[in-house]
Amino acid sequence: MKFRKKKSGNRLMSRPEEGKNPSRGVFTRRALVLMAAQGAVLGALGERLYGLQVLNGSHYAKLAENNRLSKRFFAPPRGRITDRFGISVASNRINWRALLLAEETTDIAGTLERFGQLVPLEPRDLTRIEHELKHKRRFIPIMLRDFLSWDDMARLELNMPSLPGVLIDVGTTRVYPFGPLLAHVVGYVAPPAEKDVVHNAELALPGMRVGRSGIEQTQDGNLRGQVGSVEMEVNAVGRVMAELDRDEGLAGDEIALTIDSGLQQQVLGRIADQSASAVVMDCRNGEVLAMVSNPSFDPSLFDSGVSQAQWIEWTNNSQTPLINKAVSGLYPPGSTFKPAVAMAALRAGTLSPSDRISCPGYIDVGGTRFHCWSRYGHGSINLRQGLKYSCDVFFYEVARRTGMDAIAATSELFGLGAKLPEIELPHVRQGLIPTPTWRRKHGHHWNGGDTIVSGIGQGFVQVTPLQLATYASRIATGRDVQPHLIRSIAGRTAVLTDLGHASGMDMPDQFFQDIRAGMFAVVNEEGGTAPKARLDIPGVQMAGKTGSAQVRRVSRAMRESGHFNSANLPWEYRPHALFICYAPYDAPRYATAVVIEHGNAGADVAAPLARDIMTDTLRRDPVNHREPPGQEVAQAEVD
Amino acid sequence: MKFQKRLLRAEPNFQILTKLWQVNWLYVLLICALAVVGYGALYSAGGGTSRPFAGPQSIRFCFGVVMMLGISLMSPSILVRMAWPLYIFSLILLVAVLRMGHVGKGAERWLMLGGLQVQPSELAKIALVLMLAAWFHKISYRRMGNPLFLVPPALMVLVPVALVLKEPNLGTAVIIGTVGASMFFAAGMRLWQIALLILPMPFLAKIAYGHLHDYQKARVTTFLHPESDPLGAGYNIIQSKIALGSGGMWGQGYLHGTQGQLNFLPEKQTDFIFTMIAEEWGYVGGITVIGMLLLLVFGGMLIAMRSRNQFGRLLGLGISVNFFLYCAVNLSMVMGAIPVGGVPLPLISYGGSAMLMVMFGFGLLMSAWVHRNDTFGETVENRD
Repeated sequence: MKFRKKKSGNRLMSRPEEGKNPSRGVFTRRALVLMAAQGAVLGALGERLYGLQVLNGSHYAKLAENNRLSKRFFAPPRGRITDRFGISVASNRINWRALLLAEETTDIAGTLERFGQLVPLEPRDLTRIEHELKHKRRFIPIMLRDFLSWDDMARLELNMPSLPGVLIDVGTTRVYPFGPLLAHVVGYVAPPAEKDVVHNAELALPGMRVGRSGIEQTQDGNLRGQVGSVEMEVNAVGRVMAELDRDEGLAGDEIALTIDSGLQQQVLGRIADQSASAVVMDCRNGEVLAMVSNPSFDPSLFDSGVSQAQWIEWTNNSQTPLINKAVSGLYPPGSTFKPAVAMAALRAGTLSPSDRISCPGYIDVGGTRFHCWSRYGHGSINLRQGLKYSCDVFFYEVARRTGMDAIAATSELFGLGAKLPEIELPHVRQGLIPTPTWRRKHGHHWNGGDTIVSGIGQGFVQVTPLQLATYASRIATGRDVQPHLIRSIAGRTAVLTDLGHASGMDMPDQFFQDIRAGMFAVVNEEGGTAPKARLDIPGVQMAGKTGSAQVRRVSRAMRESGHFNSANLPWEYRPHALFICYAPYDAPRYATAVVIEHGNAGADVAAPLARDIMTDTLRRDPVNHREPPGQEVAQAEVD
Repeated sequence: MKFQKRLLRAEPNFQILTKLWQVNWLYVLLICALAVVGYGALYSAGGGTSRPFAGPQSIRFCFGVVMMLGISLMSPSILVRMAWPLYIFSLILLVAVLRMGHVGKGAERWLMLGGLQVQPSELAKIALVLMLAAWFHKISYRRMGNPLFLVPPALMVLVPVALVLKEPNLGTAVIIGTVGASMFFAAGMRLWQIALLILPMPFLAKIAYGHLHDYQKARVTTFLHPESDPLGAGYNIIQSKIALGSGGMWGQGYLHGTQGQLNFLPEKQTDFIFTMIAEEWGYVGGITVIGMLLLLVFGGMLIAMRSRNQFGRLLGLGISVNFFLYCAVNLSMVMGAIPVGGVPLPLISYGGSAMLMVMFGFGLLMSAWVHRNDTFGETVENRD
């Protein structure tokens, strides 16, 4: 440039008329002014660049670091739940889902429309997607559809080029191989509610589920595991460029239940379509081997959201499929309460095993006549016979002598109307053994008649089937057996109670013998109320007690008309049929309680059912097996 | 040296080769150097491959060099005759883009011409420079004092400015207007005339702001407070500043600029290419590029001053000012000094239309250099 200038200078000199052109002179001056301005502007920009890059560089460099590093958390796999033999009753299945990254498409509506043509989106999905599009940041993926079938996936993959922003991603879904069979025990999971997310940010992670019922709910903390995280270098649209650090997190603990899924299935088979509940327990250590509440529901429906129609059907169903009747169903125990009343009287000294009470078919207390179930009475009978015949008058009299406070104290020791602290289920109801104090607290007077009625497990007395099974176990063993459902958590045996560990009951063994003898007579002696409960296994007997709990007071007029037959009543007015039992009589191992809602007479309906259940249990003998016994067990798919 | 001197004294009727010899190869070398910088930056912007940006761009550049050399051979008399048709053609394109242009980011700027994407405003700028140079070439300095002779060229400026504003592309309209104004200034417009024009400007600016599009107003407001909307309109500015800052003095290293490589930097291959360079090469790299651009601008101005005819002078000046404005607007934009507006960095940013027009402009500049000693068709007064 320099030498050219010089040369041009020479040429300028050689042309004297040059300076005469005013245009050129003006041009040169003004061009120089412009150049100065240009230089100034670019110089100022250079100065500004210096300020941005060098003077404030560290400030912006820090921002840059934040820009590119992103820590992401992912949901750990939820712990498996198995039965006592390791068969999965709740596990995880891979779930393919389609996500939309709004950032990566300019035409969200178009993408959604084309997506809808390939995989139909319901109006419900569309409103949810619209809501999430508005509320989530553009680089957070939005779930379009999950549970994609293989066909859906194939269609989507094929059309990916016309679906900008759509990604296919894999998550896990909770599966319950046994479906309704164990729905009440295992419970179910559902996406977290918005208020849960507020308290625990972990729950916002896609795929996070919260236990909403059963073991899934009470053991949620153990099952959930530890959230994993990845520290990543991401680009501006949140796409992962490189993984810098990874914390795998911890899968949730595996929980083994005490339940024998095979036995559970057999019990349900015996119950068939009755609205009923049955509990089978190991009466030596309190392990619940089967806990059936029928009808049931499909627990997997909650993960994807229950439809309105389904929900209405469940809640309007008088047989309450969503409620676990074994722990939440409250029933008057009826005559199954009588052994507890007997024990209370024996402890109080108001009755001795040899005392005889005369039953003319009725008793008058405080001007009211209370009838025995047998119109003709049982004559003069002792405790053993009172239990065997389930004589109402006998226990009216015993209750009158003993008083309600003593009865309540003893029955609570048996677990009736009492908290069962070790049962790992939500919504466990306590039931009630009424006392004068309780009655007064609610502003009423306790009548003598109330004690009489309570003596046969009617009136205000309310217990759950699990309490009845516990009660039977404690009668059988004389120990403070605690029912529980969990055998081990992550391989560690959580609760270990065996006969040796369960404490005694503070009741003389002799009293237990007397009551057990009465319950033996109920089943095995001629004239007992439950001959139908006799076991068909040679050398093995069981002891039991029937119960028929009225849900409506039977008026004298009805009784005396002679036409009274509860089987003719509408279903919801019929008495509940109950039976408690344990076997083998001489070396008790299993205890069972059965409640058939509005099943009428315990002796006719509940006793045979209990016998069948007990027979199945004795044949399987799950507590003495390490592998699932028998081939008749339908093996659920284990992943 | 002797040989060259002999050539310069020879008849103005050069052979093509001797004319090519006249081309200012030092300047061409500088252009090529910037293009190489651009190639390197686009290679990095493409994530370390030449496939998406750098490759196509280098082909365009080679084509552009050939075109530039071809135009540099054209004598000023031909160029003057080309001025009118080219100007009219550019106006037709500007109207066409308004009627059926491709809408990009809220503005109609692009036109598909036989499979080629054209930005008519780019052509309009060059055509206007040619047009004004041709006009003032014929006006003596004395006549410039008469405002009547300034009315036609003023219209020549205002018509394309109005059409570009209508697109609406405020940035380019301002550039066209400024290029025109600088040519008026250099052509010898009287200072009192300039004063008369500048005085009503504040009022006009106020009216103009009222006619701005919402997205243009948003640019103005987010420019004033970029942090107020970090993920919205201010995003580009913040991200650009962050990337510049993370470059520091010596840079993150070629292909290792985190912000650019990770896509935090928006439009890094076009508008924000300079940010990417400055992030990877640091302040040293950034200031080097600014220095090279300044050399090109000054070189162009010197070439303009060196011409012995008014047409060549004004042509060279118009092209240089245009190039300068491009650089200045783009650099100010990426440094957050003025509101963002889609103005690429010439020679470096990815884009075919801009590249071809820049090379077209350099071709005209080179023609002014090659024919710096020509005199033709000017008023006696203007003759050297």
